Amino acid sequence: MRRSPLDQHDRPRRWTRLLLGVPAAAMAVFLAATPALACGGLIGPNGAVNLLQTTTFAGYHDGVEHYVTAFQFAGGGGQFGSITPLPAVPTSVEKGGDWTLQRLVRETSPLFARDAAIASPAASAGAVELMKVKIDALDITVLKGGAADIGTWATAHGFRLPPDAPEVLDFYAQRSPIFLAAAFDADAAKARGQQIGDGTPVHITIPTKNPWVPLRILALGKTGGETVQADVYLLTDRAPALLPVPNGSNGIRLDVSETASDSLLSDLRSDRGMSWIPSSGWLTKVAVDGEAAQIGYDLAVDASGARRPSAIDAGLAMPSTAPLSTPVDVGRIFLALAFVGMGLIGVMLIGRSNSGGRPVAS
Amino acid sequence: MRLHRPARALLLGLAVAAVSGIAANAVARSTDPIIIPITIHFSHYDPAAVTVPVGRPVTFVITNTDPIDHEWIVGDAALHERHRTGTEPFHNARPTEITIPARTERRTTVTFEAPGALQYICHLPGHEAYGMVGTVTITPGG
Repeated sequence: MRRSPLDQHDRPRRWTRLLLGVPAAAMAVFLAATPALACGGLIGPNGAVNLLQTTTFAGYHDGVEHYVTAFQFAGGGGQFGSITPLPAVPTSVEKGGDWTLQRLVRETSPLFARDAAIASPAASAGAVELMKVKIDALDITVLKGGAADIGTWATAHGFRLPPDAPEVLDFYAQRSPIFLAAAFDADAAKARGQQIGDGTPVHITIPTKNPWVPLRILALGKTGGETVQADVYLLTDRAPALLPVPNGSNGIRLDVSETASDSLLSDLRSDRGMSWIPSSGWLTKVAVDGEAAQIGYDLAVDASGARRPSAIDAGLAMPSTAPLSTPVDVGRIFLALAFVGMGLIGVMLIGRSNSGGRPVAS
Repeated sequence: MRLHRPARALLLGLAVAAVSGIAANAVARSTDPIIIPITIHFSHYDPAAVTVPVGRPVTFVITNTDPIDHEWIVGDAALHERHRTGTEPFHNARPTEITIPARTERRTTVTFEAPGALQYICHLPGHEAYGMVGTVTITPGG
């Protein structure tokens, strides 16, 4: 049996609990298959998403994004779920490593970093189902489709979408029509012996030109003043350029930007499915901590060294797939022509009155 | 030119018929429903304010372009307060309370009996707070 590097660091058991409790469910939690919604902490009885801290890891190496997030068992029964927008079609969706997210938290948390220094040197009808995977108590489906297709599919599969879902889905579908829907069966989790706070890590492998982390979806179902909190870890070959620039006042904050330590890389590499971790890299931690109304964008990452993160990837600009066509308003055209005509007549009358209608003073 | 009596009678008859027809047509037009289209897109009503005359039937043609269900419930503050804590999952029994399933169109005809202002709201969880609120202003006189 493999031992987690955290265990090797002689971590207290309570610490494990805390860490497992902090990383939260999903990038976007917005369903409840059961109308009673008495199903744990993900969605409250009024359909609102409860506040949870989310931890996500997006590693990028050799043109492939490795996206690791965890779905947390929050107790109760019934089903919960989430939909996560993806930048491209994944080649695989599999169970993630057991300690990757926790190890990243440990690397960047001041408290645990100090401990570490002591303990260690280091359609719906229209939606196309591209892939279906079962991981523990999670039923995961990778979907391709427009916003309406995905929304219809989700509704038909028991997801209860909040009122902002149509607009948010459209925001993503215009840039990438790929979504990952995860339905979490709390009854199955209980039957499997999962405890409250236990997470199911999922590792999604996505070939793409640049990593891209969906943030706006975190605000889904929240009112403008509600807080959105999440930790996003990036591991790239070199220091990435980010858009928006995390400046703290825009709802995102750059907590860590440094060369990844050898011990971190070694620990991550030893986790399940993480052999791709390179021998060197740059670690970035972006903390999302703002009001829902602020998080109207995603995190675009340029890891190529060109330092030109895409405004489209950030959701700050939309791709123009067709030339903008404005319907011709015939009434307005006539009105404009009438104004022009009246103007011309007025000019002519003034001209006539100046030249012949009235004697010119000399 | 003098017309013979039968001709005059015929002309008079035609005139009476014409006047009667015009009057009947006018009456019919005043009782025909006014058609008001309302589109629901991204969980908002468009338009979010309409004005209608009192006593005249109004047919609302409500098109839901969203992939989620919505409601159109029109009434006074007391009615909306009841619906905020109501448990009816689906509405179709009353013309003032309509559920519009995802990506469908529903028609409902309402005659407002008194001038004033009412609101139309979607009472599905979170929808009112998100902005699914509109106003019907009922003006005196048809």
